[in-house]
Amino acid sequence: MSNTATVSATAQRAADTAAGAGARALRRRKLLVLAARLGLAAFLIGGWQFVTSVGWLDPFFFGQPSGIAQRLGDYFSQGDQATEFGSYWSQIATTLREALFGFVLGSLAGVVLGVTLGQNRFLADVLGPYIKIVNAIPRIVLGSIFVVAFGIGETPKVLLAAVLVFFVVFFNAFQGVREVDRNILANARVLGASPLQIVRHVVVPSALTWIIASLHTAFGFAVVGALVGEVLGAQSGLGLVIKTAQNSFDPNGVFATMSVIAVIALTAEWLITRLERRLLSWRPPAPSESAAI
Amino acid sequence: MAVRDDVVTSPAAGRGDRAGARIELSGVTKRFLTPSGEAFTATRDVTFAVEPGQFCAVVGPTGCGKSTTLSLVSGLDRPSEGSVRVGGHEVDGITEGTSFMFQADALLPWKTVLGNVAMGPVFRGVGKKQAQAAARDWVRRVGLAGFEDHHPHQLSGGMRKRVAMAAALINEPSILLMDEPFGALDVQTKAIMQNELLTLWEQLRPAVIFITHDLEEAVALADRVVVMTSGPGSVKAVYDIDLPRPRGSVQTIRFEPRFLELHHQIWESLSEEVQRAYARTTGETS
Repeated sequence: MSNTATVSATAQRAADTAAGAGARALRRRKLLVLAARLGLAAFLIGGWQFVTSVGWLDPFFFGQPSGIAQRLGDYFSQGDQATEFGSYWSQIATTLREALFGFVLGSLAGVVLGVTLGQNRFLADVLGPYIKIVNAIPRIVLGSIFVVAFGIGETPKVLLAAVLVFFVVFFNAFQGVREVDRNILANARVLGASPLQIVRHVVVPSALTWIIASLHTAFGFAVVGALVGEVLGAQSGLGLVIKTAQNSFDPNGVFATMSVIAVIALTAEWLITRLERRLLSWRPPAPSESAAI
Repeated sequence: MAVRDDVVTSPAAGRGDRAGARIELSGVTKRFLTPSGEAFTATRDVTFAVEPGQFCAVVGPTGCGKSTTLSLVSGLDRPSEGSVRVGGHEVDGITEGTSFMFQADALLPWKTVLGNVAMGPVFRGVGKKQAQAAARDWVRRVGLAGFEDHHPHQLSGGMRKRVAMAAALINEPSILLMDEPFGALDVQTKAIMQNELLTLWEQLRPAVIFITHDLEEAVALADRVVVMTSGPGSVKAVYDIDLPRPRGSVQTIRFEPRFLELHHQIWESLSEEVQRAYARTTGETS
């Protein structure tokens, strides 16, 4: 008895030290990765600053990190005087509103149509070539049509964002419905599920993996749609800020607004990842973690 | 936990039509259109019957249309010729009171064990609470109490089979269709699941059509073994298994002289078909 007790105690201690060493190694690796990341950023931004300060590149054309930081400070500190069309915050709000509406509109339409066509082979065969044709059109150009038709308010931007989002979500939802396990479908039918119950309990949850995967790229497209719409013609918004900066030969302004947009996109990405974790919590953890990069 | 006891799944439910759940296939031929546009005959002139409450195993070489036969009985598919009758009625639409069990488990990965088992009653329009209570009872009956909130990917293959079994039996089907349900399990788990299936079957007595490659499994479980010829499938012979019930452990019945006798007899008929099917596949590929 005492022998086994000692043995198990020793084994326990060995396991503890092993676990401790493992945790230390893991922490060290994490720190190393973080340090390398910061180093890379410092190298790139510092290098940019350096080549523009010594004159190898002209900061008038290519901007300069210090100038961008200063411009950002100006944008956020000058209140209503920050831009010719009101405060910088209100520009952000405009673009965000357009992108969000477009995102919601486009994803809803994409999911509904994707699920419907995925379920209905006849409809899919009839509409399939037309959807391919419309998808082949460079849809950014539609922005011009929308501006002509709906003026320079927010509507054309919302529509452009929605159109861009729609196709991404639609194709994924369609594919997701097509990939539903045939055995599961047969099983549900034999158990007496009505077509509506099959959609609700089997098809939509099954396609959700695909749909959510598409939302990551879709939000990016929504922002692009809103910005391009604003560049084409607007009264306010970040796209207009960029266009004005471009017209006044101010690359720092362009880069500053670009970095603000990047922050918005990253925040949205983070939110969508949270949503994904919640909705797809049933999934085995491995794939989503390896995809977390 | 108290919920379990006050829900006694009534043995009368679904039993009314059980007496009429005789499955009759007569002269059933099923042709499919291959993607290249050719007609492929899966089964030809299949005729056999399963009595209400009878356990019928179907054995045959690969590609002899065994699974096709099941989808015809369940009503997922229609025969090209001949008739499939359940309880005297021609099958059109999904056959009432049927449950399916596949080789790959048809569990919904996004639902918990409880949610999966509860699907049967939910699809039939039973209230959510009632469905969950019934599901809880069935989860316990297949020995998975405590795993109600797990998702399928957290379970072992054998446990997933138990969930599938509970999900198939919760509606107290009068017909249970099983398509190589234990084909992917390891030998030990398979034996355990076979015993469990027999125990549950003896409680509910649905008519069973059990498709398998494994002749030992067929003889150990079934009242009747149907041997099918290789593609296009048709019935070669039907054997009635007169081993007494309850059979007891599937592992020990294998050593009884009568079992060996029947096994030998059926194997002679089956092996011929297996060899023919094998010769054909190797002949085609080379």
